[in-house]
Amino acid sequence: MAAALELVLREEVAPGALVHWLKHDPGRRSAEENHIHEKLVSLSLPQKDFVPFFLNFLREQTGQILTNGPSTPAKTPNSKALGNSAGRGSQRRGSERRAGNTTGSSSSRMQLFTQKGSANSCSPDTSFAPSAVSGGSPAFTGSNLSSPSSDFPSVVSSVSPSFGCSPVFNHSERRSAQKANLGNFFVAMPEVQPTRRGRRKGNSSTSTSSRQVARDLGRCLADEEDGKSDNTSWSGGRKKRNEVLGVSASSPPDQLNLNNLEEFPPMCASSGFTNKSKPSRRINPTPVSIERPLSKPKMCFTSTPVSQSPAARFPSGASHEAFVTIQEGNVASTAGSSLQEEREMLKKERCKLLHQASSPAGLSLEPSTPTKLSYTRSASLPPEGHLMTCAYLSKVSCKKQLDQLALLYSSCIAENLVPNIFLELFFVLQLLTSRGISAEDGESDLEFNQGCKGAVERQHFHNVHNCVYFAVQVLDRQYELISHLEKGTLKLLAENERIASFSPHLHKRLRQAYESSTAKVSLLLPSSVQSVSFQPETDNRSNFPSDRAFHIFKKQRDIFYELLREWEDNHEKPAWDFERVLGNKIRAMMAHLTATCNHSHFARLFQKQIIQMCKGPVGGGTSWGDTPDQDVLNMLGCDDLSRLKRLQERFVAPQSIRGPCPPPSFPGCQQFFRDFILSAGSYQFNQHLMDNLCLKILELDGLTLVEHEPSDGEADMEEQDEKKHFTVVLMSLRLLAKFLGFLVFLPYRTVEPPTRDLHESAVALRNQSLPVLDVLKLLQRAIQGRRTILTIPWIVEFLSLVDHIAPFLDYYGTVFSLLLQVYRSMVPSEDKEMSFLNKLLILAVLGWLFQFLFQIPSVPEELFFTSEVRQDGLMMDTMSSAQALDSATLVDQQLLYTCCPYLGELRKLLASFVAGSGAKNGGFIRKITPTAAESLAPKPSVTQQKLQAELEQAFFHNQPPSLRRTVEFVAERVGSNCVKHIKATLVAELVKRAEVMLQEKVKEDNTNHDKLLDEVCTQLYEEGAQAFLKGREFCRKKGPEAVRVLLPEETSAAVLSSAEDIAVRLATEKACTWLSTNITALIKREVRTTFSRMLKIQGPSLPSEDTQEMKKDCPPGCQHHAPFPSEIINEIKDVLCIAVGPRDGDEAIHYAHLECLLEKLSQTLQCRKFMCPTSEQQLAKCTIELASLLVSDRIPIQGLELQTQKYPERQRSKNHPICNLLTSLLSVWKEDFVMLVPVQLIFSKKNVGYVAEAKQREWDLFLFMLHGLVEYNLMGNAEIESYLQSLQEFAWPSDFLKELETLSRVFESELHIEELRTNPCELVRQSLGAVTAQS
Amino acid sequence: MKLSKAQYEEIARFLGHVQPTRQSLRRLKERFPSQSQSTLLSIFSQEYQKQIKRTHAKHHTAEAIETYYQRYRSRVMKNAAAPVLLELANEVDFAPSLMARIVLERFLQEQEQGIPSKTLINSMLRDPSQIPDGVLANQVYQCTVNDCCYGPLVDCIKHAIGHEHEVLLREMLLKKNLSFLAEDQLRAKGYDKTPDFILEVPVAVEGHIIHWIESKASFGDESSHQSYLQDQFWSYWNRFGPGLVIYWYGFIEELDCHRERGILLKDCFPTDIVTLRHSMAQH
Repeated sequence: MAAALELVLREEVAPGALVHWLKHDPGRRSAEENHIHEKLVSLSLPQKDFVPFFLNFLREQTGQILTNGPSTPAKTPNSKALGNSAGRGSQRRGSERRAGNTTGSSSSRMQLFTQKGSANSCSPDTSFAPSAVSGGSPAFTGSNLSSPSSDFPSVVSSVSPSFGCSPVFNHSERRSAQKANLGNFFVAMPEVQPTRRGRRKGNSSTSTSSRQVARDLGRCLADEEDGKSDNTSWSGGRKKRNEVLGVSASSPPDQLNLNNLEEFPPMCASSGFTNKSKPSRRINPTPVSIERPLSKPKMCFTSTPVSQSPAARFPSGASHEAFVTIQEGNVASTAGSSLQEEREMLKKERCKLLHQASSPAGLSLEPSTPTKLSYTRSASLPPEGHLMTCAYLSKVSCKKQLDQLALLYSSCIAENLVPNIFLELFFVLQLLTSRGISAEDGESDLEFNQGCKGAVERQHFHNVHNCVYFAVQVLDRQYELISHLEKGTLKLLAENERIASFSPHLHKRLRQAYESSTAKVSLLLPSSVQSVSFQPETDNRSNFPSDRAFHIFKKQRDIFYELLREWEDNHEKPAWDFERVLGNKIRAMMAHLTATCNHSHFARLFQKQIIQMCKGPVGGGTSWGDTPDQDVLNMLGCDDLSRLKRLQERFVAPQSIRGPCPPPSFPGCQQFFRDFILSAGSYQFNQHLMDNLCLKILELDGLTLVEHEPSDGEADMEEQDEKKHFTVVLMSLRLLAKFLGFLVFLPYRTVEPPTRDLHESAVALRNQSLPVLDVLKLLQRAIQGRRTILTIPWIVEFLSLVDHIAPFLDYYGTVFSLLLQVYRSMVPSEDKEMSFLNKLLILAVLGWLFQFLFQIPSVPEELFFTSEVRQDGLMMDTMSSAQALDSATLVDQQLLYTCCPYLGELRKLLASFVAGSGAKNGGFIRKITPTAAESLAPKPSVTQQKLQAELEQAFFHNQPPSLRRTVEFVAERVGSNCVKHIKATLVAELVKRAEVMLQEKVKEDNTNHDKLLDEVCTQLYEEGAQAFLKGREFCRKKGPEAVRVLLPEETSAAVLSSAEDIAVRLATEKACTWLSTNITALIKREVRTTFSRMLKIQGPSLPSEDTQEMKKDCPPGCQHHAPFPSEIINEIKDVLCIAVGPRDGDEAIHYAHLECLLEKLSQTLQCRKFMCPTSEQQLAKCTIELASLLVSDRIPIQGLELQTQKYPERQRSKNHPICNLLTSLLSVWKEDFVMLVPVQLIFSKKNVGYVAEAKQREWDLFLFMLHGLVEYNLMGNAEIESYLQSLQEFAWPSDFLKELETLSRVFESELHIEELRTNPCELVRQSLGAVTAQS
Repeated sequence: MKLSKAQYEEIARFLGHVQPTRQSLRRLKERFPSQSQSTLLSIFSQEYQKQIKRTHAKHHTAEAIETYYQRYRSRVMKNAAAPVLLELANEVDFAPSLMARIVLERFLQEQEQGIPSKTLINSMLRDPSQIPDGVLANQVYQCTVNDCCYGPLVDCIKHAIGHEHEVLLREMLLKKNLSFLAEDQLRAKGYDKTPDFILEVPVAVEGHIIHWIESKASFGDESSHQSYLQDQFWSYWNRFGPGLVIYWYGFIEELDCHRERGILLKDCFPTDIVTLRHSMAQH
């Protein structure tokens, strides 16, 4: 391979020819036919090995200089090494790799990017690690160290078996530097959790995995979100390395100094480095030492000797901040030496303090050593004497070769021959921003390249100037790609002074790109709708086989949310453990589900809740439900909303991103769902969930966008709608696919990669089974239907969770190869088939997937670097259909960055460069501009608007989803029609008028048409403002109509009206937004067209009151002011209390009170508003009781005498007042009760008992009562008679029995009336007379 | 009326070991004249119920039941007209209605040589005239009438109060033109958990969006609120989103801590209601 490169470097073969050779398919046609350069033909090398070799070559060459990118975890393009392995890989594979090591299978292990056969052509000194490059970088960091050679045995592995691929020679010397680099990443992670597992693992590298149960594994697998895994794994790995090196005895224990604010910045951020480097660099650091020659980085605090070998000095790829910056200080020291001394002293003092503070802290099992300390310091502190190395074009050496390399490299990128173009871009930006040491100005290339025979061996990147030159060259060629990045990145690029000085042309173009860019990206806050609403269609009883199932599910739903709330409240607390706290509850819940076979219901709920909570861009965001930020945001309103959002991003974003190629993760709320699945460990649930996810994925994947005629007018508007819709669908799909992938591959996930035998048998076995979701078919269909922009991103999410074996299965192999074909074929350029950004998204996600897959130890590199990419799988439907999503411009930067947050690393890299270069570069430091207090003042209207918007969202929450769809659909169509309507009416009219005006004016002045046109148009613009009024009117008229027609007839008035209003508002908004930006242009255009043609020839109803019908009608004009039934019952109860006793002394009830009570009772019974059956029933019972007590004189009544005096004419009978009360009661029973009063209760043994115990006269009252019953038609004579008869069967006092008999006879028949006359009671006689008269 | 935790605890302390009689209630009102009567009664009732829950078991041991029954028998023999059962309940610090139930159950057991059904006992407690023994009927009635925390009469009053407040709330909603689905409508649709009212169009109360309103004609103390949260409010939240609970007789201020998460407490119908404005289109 080196030979091929050599040819290019010697300019014997043009880079283009080489690329041509690379792309040529050897199997198809002969080299001659393909016009392959004969020199390349003569090499007869396998093409597929070239790109890996070349990438390795670049990494290795530049390794020494790459010191920048502090803000990103991965300093080097070897994201795998850093970002991934550190995060995921190390956790997951650390042990497995080690295990692999011990089993001796290391040598057989697959080696990515291995430069077969050509390794030797490299300078032995540089012995870069092929596998390191496999990650895209030579920097041997994180995982490489933690998982030594076993995984990536390299050709040169013999040099240091345990670091087979490590380029490191003089480890000890470089350690601090390298660590600085690693440490940047790892140490920056505040180790809140005690480091347990990883560390121990590191110590006994072979015996670790046994402790990990599968559940654990699964959890860790994607446990990036909490930095602890990184931390632990890293420490493990590092230690391993130390052991191997034999420096472990004195080596730095990975003691983490929690007191060090810089290692553990208060703000939890994985990009901790940024946090610390940025602010500190605002002070221009002064070099500490100037004494050292270039060759000797001075490690102030390193106890280990420093090697002299320049080659060794520059470990390939490690970006050793400390190391380098020291050098830089050396190169460009400007500050006074006294100051330096002071600083040096200060630093030493500080170091001592740190040391003291850290060692007794006992946070680590290992003793602290100076080495460690130095590492810590160099990693975390801005290096002493940090000065930018200025890059000068004039100092670039071997330009020609660099040109050649740049051209070749660019071509590889442009042709998608590299596995991940963004990774390469990242690499290039690293070069651009490198602050690496460079050769002293005086030092010549000759010196540097002494002893190098071939061009390949020469150091082309030994100084910053060369690196920058190369980078700028590549960037220039990748301009189009770059110009599609988001605005912030463009700004940084445009401001980059190196670009400005190396290529003013590119600088200019970037400026322009920046200025014209509208691609602002912000990570939106997740909306805060919480629960999945209950929908009767799917959730009510009829959807369950039994009552039991229904009720159990009712409970499950509540338990689920209870768990969710508990998680939300506690999961960030340090000692909280998901499995420990929730595990058993979840399993108990699963058991219930199993008992009733409710899994499918629960799976649906689960899936909906996932979408509900997690589809926010940052994986659901950090907070859900109660967001204090949200409150702040609410308070501050719109303007400041965006600012705060950005601020929040700064805090939040770094946490979720790990280098340019982070492993798949379940950030934010997704964590809950993943852990839930793991803790549940339920086969049934998983199966149902998978089914559910598949179903939903298929449904969403079938997305069709509203077909729209690309007519000029409203296209813009509809495009926006479609984009929005598409974004939502895409994000949901990705989310669901990730969970599906997680579930599908979960059973196969292993800590260790399977042994070869197991591997083979597993492959053989699994090749027999069908995939859960036929992604291959879907992918093929998507390619054919040109819908890859929707399908590929989620398939990538799905595949990113594959286990060790899956990539080797025939099925997934085909999928991968198909994806690769897509990747290769998708050369970024704007074309009809697909928009640029659509392609970028696909490239970015695929690149990420490939890069990530290479980290699976056994995935064959051929997967990517095969030269035999067949194109036949990519048969596309040439028929452009409405469903050809690929050709629609659906992706914007916002979506691109949302799907691929790792692209933000590019910006971070550039930003950190700016921050670091600070004053010297002049003017790039971002100051925090204080905001005017005014603008921060809360704007009530904004708050109100926000609340309104929330209300609107809330409105849809409990409605069936179709309601929202309908409203949105109507809004969209009506808005669109509105514009059309305006165009057809108002604009047309205006144009006609304009025509007339123009015709007149043209006659007057035929010289300046443009001016004329402007004049006329200006006049019309004012009238154009009518468009808004008309538009509004139109929407107000049409919206409700449409909504009404589309919603079910049964929709309640209020819902309908709200839906109508929302539809109207949305439609109006849409129309007006469009009109406000376009109306003038539209008028102008129309007028112009007409003009030129002319020249050629010569333009709700408010919710109808749901009149809540009263159960029973109140009397007309009832004000409902009657006392509540409960009050009356209570009062009667009090009376009863006193009546039945025990009483306090002279306790009594005033007659007036009773009278009043009965009056109120009547009122209460008349007003039916607050009455309910139980109240009425109770009232009936109580009043009968009351009557019985009255009749038997059980109630101590005050003021009875007073009453009798009031009616002197009735003085004879002192019972009159009570009779009045009884009459009132009878009247109430008769008139006011709606229900039938069980008056027969009067004849209950208990109540009659009261009478029996009473004195003689009360029997009169009893009789009065009975007659009253007849009189008021409450009972018949016969009825009373029979009750009285039956009463005689009880044992009563003899006189009472007699009386009963008498009474009974009284009622026996009307014929006995005469006998009644003997009764002493006059009143009774009278009333009896009335009765007889009636009958 | 919102009470601070301290205020509430003062009342609860006063209630310590009182008997559930109107006399106790009167004293309570005298002691805390500034509190509304219904609030006090509600707190009284809840506190008493807590006390009863604590001692419930000890009154239901076989020995206790036997003792009570025999004591009742012997005293009634002496004087059937005296409030024997009520006094017995007061003596042993037990709710009169519950004491009546114990004795009645025991009585029926003796009469019918078997364990009487719950329905029968309940029905007899509701209408003591069904009790075959006249004296016992009177005694039982005396107990249920005098008990202001337990018993069919109290239950009915509570039920009535609850219903009345629901009606009140409904009225207020109608007055405010807020459209809602009531519990019965929801049940008819097959909802498994139903708050009193679901707003068809949500509103914002004091800046918080609410989808449903639950009316509670009681005082919201800690234990009742917790169990309501557990059994009802969170369930509503789980299905319908955030909502409002009105404790008409007040609540402990400190319990209103789930506002952010979506459970808002009020002691009256809210005044600060923002509706989804239909005029937005005109902005």
